Amino acid sequence: MPNEGTGFLPRILTIAKNAFREAVRDRILYNLIVFVLLITVSAIFLGELTAGQESRVIINLGMSAVLLFGAFIAIFVGVSLVWKEIEKKTVYSIFSKPVGRGEFIIGKYLGLCTTLFVNVVIMCLGVTLALAYVGGASKTASIWGAGFLIFLELTILTAVAILFSSFSTPALSALLTFFVFLIGHFSSSLLDLAKTIGSSSAIAVFTGIYYALPNLSNFSFILNAAHGDVPTVSFAGFATLYAIGFNAVLLAITVLIFSKRNFK
Amino acid sequence: MNYVIEIEGLSKEYEKGFLKKKRVLALDDLTLNVTGGQIFGFLGGNGAGKTTTIKTLMRLQFPTKGSARILGHDIADVQMHRRIGYCPENPYFYDYLTANELMSYFGELFGYDAATRTKKSDELLTAVGIVEKDRKRQLRKFSKGMLQRVGLAQSLINDPEIVFLDEPMSGLDPVGRREIRELIAGLRDKGTTVFMSTHILTDIEALCDEVAILRSGKLAAFGSLQELLGGEEASRNLEINVQSVSAEEIRERIEFIAGASITPRPHGATIHVLDESDIDAVLAVTRDAGGRLGSITPVKQSLEDLFVRD
Ligand SMILES: Nc1ncnc2c1ncn2[C@@H]1O[C@H](COP(=O)(O)OP(=O)(O)OP(=O)(O)O)[C@@H](O)[C@H]1O
Ligand SMILES: [Mg+2]
Repeated sequence: MPNEGTGFLPRILTIAKNAFREAVRDRILYNLIVFVLLITVSAIFLGELTAGQESRVIINLGMSAVLLFGAFIAIFVGVSLVWKEIEKKTVYSIFSKPVGRGEFIIGKYLGLCTTLFVNVVIMCLGVTLALAYVGGASKTASIWGAGFLIFLELTILTAVAILFSSFSTPALSALLTFFVFLIGHFSSSLLDLAKTIGSSSAIAVFTGIYYALPNLSNFSFILNAAHGDVPTVSFAGFATLYAIGFNAVLLAITVLIFSKRNFK
Repeated sequence: MNYVIEIEGLSKEYEKGFLKKKRVLALDDLTLNVTGGQIFGFLGGNGAGKTTTIKTLMRLQFPTKGSARILGHDIADVQMHRRIGYCPENPYFYDYLTANELMSYFGELFGYDAATRTKKSDELLTAVGIVEKDRKRQLRKFSKGMLQRVGLAQSLINDPEIVFLDEPMSGLDPVGRREIRELIAGLRDKGTTVFMSTHILTDIEALCDEVAILRSGKLAAFGSLQELLGGEEASRNLEINVQSVSAEEIRERIEFIAGASITPRPHGATIHVLDESDIDAVLAVTRDAGGRLGSITPVKQSLEDLFVRD
């Protein structure tokens, strides 16, 4: 009986599910153990040291760790996600099936985003418990607000990592993605700096960087969260739309490059 | 005539070396049409361009020139892949999956439901000889031959109309080779077209209906096996293996036979003669020296010739 086939959405979902399974089996979630240990130990120490400031320090430290752990996974898993499949030739059997190159990229991307989502949720849970331990449970909503924004930031970082790895080596891609991560956090400050200096060429260069690279300060909320703030609907809404838009552009470029690739 | 594979003027140039300056023409203007319902042998020595052709057909790389159609669809049409299967050369799969999981994953890409996937996975893995307890092991623990078997099984998950097999026998033990040979013959009986690359002459003789021979990326010969081998059948060379006698003991007397040559073997020798009529003389000499006959095999020189001829 000839195969009836299926739509592109089920195929993308199938690939995403498998990418998530790969992450779990490759023990990527093990980083959570380190994270939980870190946060537990600091909660105990902080309880003894900083009188009155515990909840602020816990949120600051905890959420910064969430961001760094997440960024680490997004970058290092992201750059090898597709590269490894080409290198090990697992793409051969995938693309002999009715699977488009774009479906594959988007599926793998969504799989890693799911992994990151689970990671961020568990880490935020850890911070929430630590916060409760030092008696700051009233600031729980701030943690989850900041956590949501961190997750959005990580999806962009993942898309950047996959884009770079579609045409360069994992090591170089990781380095470049790390630069995007750093500059992305400071690009708006750089723009301000250029404006204060007033040199027109500096303004041109930094405006270019500002628009070409993701402005990750749109997702920075850790300091505010430490003060007990919760992102407003408009702040979170803008961040969400910004992430979706930026991801769409990054993925479209990646698919374009990847579709032209010869597998060696 | 209805062709299921039509290759037209296909060329593939690889760029190599520093700054990609060096160029290798792996495929040179290959034109080839394959009729359905047969086992088609795609032959050629190492580096002849077999894998390059198949990868181009599978859209894993893009031709420098030319075009190809499979089942009437341009190879750029991804949905045509619902109707074909492919087992890569030295296949490698996700090593964190078990054989069952891999089959199920691929089945899902074709839209089969869970029950169908389980059924197909069981059937196919049985057919290629992966036993039940191995199916639950991760593929990272599979041997080369076991991976080759899984590769065959996964290429058949969608009951393809055409299946492309790139050296399907490589890495298999003798029993495995016989099993896979029977499996491939069975596919033809079901009406599946098999497009198989290989350089193993015995597999070709046992299986292939038509063959194409590739040499340095060019089509060197094409036709049915009989057509290509016919005519030369009359003058067949023979290899006679003898035992319990050393080459030294009989060399002098054997070399009197026109065109005969002798090579030593462990516990015996191999004598190469040009014609059946020489057998008696060789046997007489061997018996005189106290030796025994081991075997007589016709040398498939014609097919070998087709391979190496410039
Ligand atoms: N990715 C690549 N980059 C550069 N050259 C390549 C590449 N792949 C193959 N070639 C070259 O193309 C030619 C054909 O190679 P191909 O793999 O198609 O041969 P083959 O017939 O499959 O050989 P084998 O029997 O060894 O598998 C060879 O000269 C090889 O060196
Ligand atoms: Mg090959």
